[in-house]
Amino acid sequence: MKDFWRAFRRNRLAVVGGVVVIVLVVLAAFAPLFSPWDPNRPDVKKILADPTRSHPLGTDQLGRDVLSRMLFGARVSLAVGFVSVGIATAIGIVLGALAGYNGGSFDAFIMRLVDLMLVFPRFFLLLAVLAFLRPSIWTIMAVIGLTGWMGVTRLVRAEFLALKEREFVVWSQAIGASGYRVVWRHILPNAMAPVLVAMTLGIPAAILTESGLSFLGLGVQPPYATWGNILNEGKDTIEIGWWLSFYPGVAILVTVLSYNLLGEGIRDALDPRLRQAAGRVATRKG
Amino acid sequence: MLTYALRRILFAIPLLLGITFLSFAIIHLAPGEPTDLMAGDPRLEASAQARQLLREMYGLDKPIHVQYWSWLTRLVRLDFGRSFSPDGRPVLVKIAERLPVTLLLNIVELLIIIALAVPIGVLSATRQYSLFDKVTTVFVFIGFATPDFWLALLLMILFGVQLGWLPISGLRSMNWEYLSFWHQQSDFVAHLVLPIVVATFGGLAGFSRYMRQSMLEVVRQEYIQSARAKGLAERVVIGKHALRNAMLPIVTILGLSLPGLIGGSVIVESIFAIPGMGQLMVQAVFERDYPVIMGNLVIVAVLTLVANLIADLAYGLVDPRIRVGRRR
Amino acid sequence: MERGPLLGGLALASALALAGCGVDRGGADEPVAVKDNTPAKGDTFIEASIGNVSALIPNIANDSASHDVGGQIYSGLVTYDKDLKVIPELAESWTFSPDCRHLTFRLRKNVRWHDGKPFTADDVVFTHATMVNPKTPTAYREDFAAVETIEAVDPHTLQITYKTPYAKALQSWSMYMLPRHLLESYMKDGKLREAPQNRTSPVGTGPYRFKEWKSGEKVVLVANPDYYEPDRPYISRIVYRIIPSQATIFLELKAKGVDGASLTALQYKRQTEYPAFRKAYQRFRYASNSVTYFAFNMKDPRFADKRVRHAIAHAINKQELIDHVILGLGRNATGPYLPGAWAHNGEVKSLPYDLARARRLLAEAGWRDRDADGFLLKDGKPFAFEILTNQGNDERKKIAEIIQAALRELGLKVDLRTVEWATLLKEHVRKRNFDAFVLGWGLGRDPDMTALFHSSKTRPEDFNVASYANAEVDGLLERGRATCFQDERAKYYHRVHEILADDIPVIFLYHRDALPAITARVRGVKPSPGGIMYNFHEWFVPRELQRYTAG
Repeated sequence: MKDFWRAFRRNRLAVVGGVVVIVLVVLAAFAPLFSPWDPNRPDVKKILADPTRSHPLGTDQLGRDVLSRMLFGARVSLAVGFVSVGIATAIGIVLGALAGYNGGSFDAFIMRLVDLMLVFPRFFLLLAVLAFLRPSIWTIMAVIGLTGWMGVTRLVRAEFLALKEREFVVWSQAIGASGYRVVWRHILPNAMAPVLVAMTLGIPAAILTESGLSFLGLGVQPPYATWGNILNEGKDTIEIGWWLSFYPGVAILVTVLSYNLLGEGIRDALDPRLRQAAGRVATRKG
Repeated sequence: MLTYALRRILFAIPLLLGITFLSFAIIHLAPGEPTDLMAGDPRLEASAQARQLLREMYGLDKPIHVQYWSWLTRLVRLDFGRSFSPDGRPVLVKIAERLPVTLLLNIVELLIIIALAVPIGVLSATRQYSLFDKVTTVFVFIGFATPDFWLALLLMILFGVQLGWLPISGLRSMNWEYLSFWHQQSDFVAHLVLPIVVATFGGLAGFSRYMRQSMLEVVRQEYIQSARAKGLAERVVIGKHALRNAMLPIVTILGLSLPGLIGGSVIVESIFAIPGMGQLMVQAVFERDYPVIMGNLVIVAVLTLVANLIADLAYGLVDPRIRVGRRR
Repeated sequence: MERGPLLGGLALASALALAGCGVDRGGADEPVAVKDNTPAKGDTFIEASIGNVSALIPNIANDSASHDVGGQIYSGLVTYDKDLKVIPELAESWTFSPDCRHLTFRLRKNVRWHDGKPFTADDVVFTHATMVNPKTPTAYREDFAAVETIEAVDPHTLQITYKTPYAKALQSWSMYMLPRHLLESYMKDGKLREAPQNRTSPVGTGPYRFKEWKSGEKVVLVANPDYYEPDRPYISRIVYRIIPSQATIFLELKAKGVDGASLTALQYKRQTEYPAFRKAYQRFRYASNSVTYFAFNMKDPRFADKRVRHAIAHAINKQELIDHVILGLGRNATGPYLPGAWAHNGEVKSLPYDLARARRLLAEAGWRDRDADGFLLKDGKPFAFEILTNQGNDERKKIAEIIQAALRELGLKVDLRTVEWATLLKEHVRKRNFDAFVLGWGLGRDPDMTALFHSSKTRPEDFNVASYANAEVDGLLERGRATCFQDERAKYYHRVHEILADDIPVIFLYHRDALPAITARVRGVKPSPGGIMYNFHEWFVPRELQRYTAG
C-alpha cells in the first residue's frame, strides 16, 4: 500500500487530478450550501445578464443564476458518471470473468451477447425506455450503464484468458483452490488495472453522453440543470451569452481531464511492472 | 483455428436472426408508429380511415411475428424494402446515397488519428512524465472532453464568419456545378476540413492513450531489455522491436472500429449540414421509418460480426497467451 | 467574440470567384440605394430550410419543407393575397350558389404544365379523384370527401356540388393541382409515392420548375419561362439549402451563405442590431399564423372545475411570458383567432394576472394550504400535476418552466416532462393520457375550429384534446361550417371566441411573431397579415446588385 502511494505521489499530474476530483465531489455534495440562488427559479428581469458580483457566472435565458445551476448540475453530472459506469463495470466484470475463466460455451454465449449489444441501436432503446418510464436521472443512468458494459467485458475476458495460463493460477488450482477463490484472490486483482483505466475513461464518457443526449432532447428533464443541458441551451447564444457555453465547457473539460489523469495515475501506481520501471525510467534521460 | 472460424460463421446465422428479431421487436415496442405523425397538425382532419389504410399498406396492422417474417423473407432476396417516408424510395437507395460521405469522413478521420496517435503514443511512452508527455496528455484529453457541437460552432464562427477562410456548412458551394474539375475538388475538401478537424480532435485521445499504454507495457518486457543489453541502438530497439509488438492491440482495435465506419455522428452532421448516415438514422428513428432502421441495423450487424470474428482470430494468432477455440 | 465585419463573406466570395457562370459578384455590401430600380430578371435566392424535404408531390407530404418547395412548383385553383383573401390562381373566376352547395370555376386558358401539355379541367377532376382515393396516403382528404359531384363541363369550366353547404369549399381548392397525364396510372394503383414525379421530376404549373434534389442537401428550382403570368417570376433560381441546425443557419446568414432565414427572438433583438447586419439584411416582423397554448385535460376532475382553470389562468402573467420567452416579439392571444382576422372578436379579453383572485378561486374549489408548507391540499392530497411538451422546442420548454414557477407561487406542485414528438402524439395526446401540456397550433386559413373544440371530436384520432364539450359551441361551429357567407360565419365565430375565453378549455398564451431576415438586395418584399412569401414571384434583384448569375 505504501508502495502504491509513493508511486502515485510521484506522478504530479495524477495528484492534481485527484485533488480536483475531490474538490468537485465536495462542491457537488454541498451544492445547496454554496449556491447563492435557487437554480431553478426563473427571474424574467435578468435574462442573459453578464457576469457580475451577484451573478459571478452570469444568468441564462430564463434569468437563472448560472453558478447555482452549475453547482447543482455538478451533482447530476458526477452522479451520472459514477453510477452508470459503476453499473457497466459491475456487469462487465461479472460477464468478462465468466467468459474468460470458464471458456467454452459460456464464453461463446457471452461474446455473442456482446455482439448483440454492440449492434443494437442504443438510441432506440433509449427512446423506448424513456417513453415507458419517466425519464429521470435514474433511468438515464441505468440505460447508459446497461448499454455500456461491452468494452469492460472484453477487457476483463482478455485479461482472464491471459492470466489463466499463468503459473500462480495453475499452482493454486493444483493445490485444490476452488475456482471462485482463484478468481477472486488471484486473477481479479491483476485484471483490475485495465478495468480501472476503462472506468476512468468511462466516467467522463458517460458525462459526455449525457450532454449528447441533451443535445438530442433526451437528457435530464427541465428545469433541472446538468452541465450538458446548460451547454446545449447556450449554443444558440454563443455570441451574446458566451458564459453559458464557456463555463460548463470548462467544467466538463476539467472534470474529464482530472478523472483521466487520476485514473491513469492509479493504474500506473498499481501495476507492479510499471511501478518498478517508473523508478528506472525516471532516472534515465527520456 | 479453421474449425473455430467455421463454427463462428455457422453460429453467425442464428445469431443474426436473433439480433434482427430482437431489434425488430424492440423497435416496434417504442411507442408511436409512422402513421401517427401524419396528423400532427390539427388543421388536417386526417381521418382514422386514412391512417388505417396507410397502416394496412405498410403491414402495420399485422402481428409482429408476421411482419418480421415478411421482412425476413424479403431480406433473404436482398430486398430491403421501401422507406415509410413520403418519398417511398428503396431503403438501399437511401442508404447508398448517404454512405459515401460518411465513409469518406470516417476513413479520413481514422487515418489522421492513427497518423497522429502512433507517434504521440510512442513518444509519450518513451519519454514518460516528461514535458512532452504531460502536454500531449492534457491536449488529447481536452480534445476528448470538448463537446463536438461546441468546438464546431467556435470554429465555424472563427474560420467561417470572421476570417472567411472556410465554408461554414454543407458539402459543396452553390456554384459547384460551374467550377472546373480541380476547383470542384478543392471546394469539396474545403467543406470537409472543419468537420474532420472536429471529429479528429475528439477521437485522438482514445487511440493515443492506448498506444501509449501498449508501448509502455511492451517496453518493460524482457526481450526489450535483452535487445538493449545486446547493445542495439535505442532507435532500433524502439522502432523495430517495441513498436511492432505495441501495434498489435491497435490493429485489433482498428478491426473492431470497422462496423463503426458506417455510422455517422448525428451532432457533427447536423451542425455542419452534412447529409450522412447519422442524420438518416436519427430521422428514421424519430419518424419510425422501420425499413430504414432495420436495413441499417442488418448491415451494421453483419459488419460487426465479421469484424469481431476477424479481430478475435487475429488476436488469437498473434498473442500466444490466448488460445482461441478448444484447448488441448 | 463579437460581430466581425461581413467582409469575411466577401473574402469567401472572392476566393470562389471564377470565370464563367456561377460567379458571385459580391456586390451585396454596397449601400442599398441603386440607380436602376426597375424589376430585372436574374439572380438566385438561397433559402435555408431546417427540415428535410421528404417528397416532391406535396399533397402526400406532411412536413413544411416539402410544402414550401411544392408551393413554388405547383399551383391551386385559388390562392391568398396579402390580406388572406381568396384570389384567383389557376381559376380565373368562380361563382358560388346562394345555398353554398354549387361551385362553378372558370379556369385560365393559357396555362401549361412544365412539360408543355395544357392544363385543363380534367386535371382538376383528377386531382380530386386522387385526394379521395383511399389508396392515396394524404392527410388532406377531408375537404375533398365533402364533394358530391365534380364535372368538367368543358376543358375550362368545372361544376362542383357539395353534399351539404360547405364553408371551406372555396379555400380547399388552393390545394395543388396534379397532372393527370403523368400520374393517373400511379394514382389508380396507389403508388403515387413511387412515381418519378415524386422524386426526380415533378411537373406542376407553378412559377418555378424543378431542377435538382439532393436528399438532405438541397433542392434547386429554376424560373418557369411559360408561367401564365407574363414576365414573372423575376428571380431566376431558388436554392433551398437544408441545414438542420438553427445555430448554423444563423452563421450562414451572417456569412452570406444564405439569403433568407427565420430569426429567433433573441437573434432578432440582440444579435442583429449592429450596422453591418442592418445594411445587408432587411428584417421583418409580423404575426405568424399560429397560437401557443396551454391545454387542460378536462377529463381530470380537478380541471373540469371551471374555477380551477380560471385560477390557473389568473396565475400566469402572459405579458411576462411574451416579454421573456420571445422578448416581446408577439402578441397576447385571447382565442384561436389571429387579431385582425375576420373571425376574431376584438371585444374579448383574456383573464388578467391576479394571484390573489387565483388563490380565492382555488379556496372556493376546496384547495387550501392547511399545513402552511406553501402547497395547497384538498382531502389531504396536494395539487400536483405534470405539464408535458415536446422535446427539441426551446420556446415551449421555457414557457413550461415559467408556468411551473408561477404555479409554484400559487401553491401547486408542478412537474415538467419533455417527450419526443411521435411518442407525445401517440401515447399522450391521442390517448388523452396527460394532465396538461404546452404546444402550438398552426391556425390555417380557415377559422373553422370544429376539429379542436367540437364535442364529437374526442375519439383518439381527433383533436379535441382538452375533451371540451359545450352544446352552444357545438351548434355555433356546425352552423359556421354550413354557410359560405363570411358575415354570417363571423357572427358565429365571434360568439365562439367569447365562450372559449370564458370556459378556457385551453389557455391561449400568445401569437408569436415571425421574424424573417431577407438579404437587402431583394426588392419587393411586403410584409402583411399573409406573411411575406405570398408574392415571391414579384421579388426581384436590381441588375447592379445581382450576385449569382445562373449559367
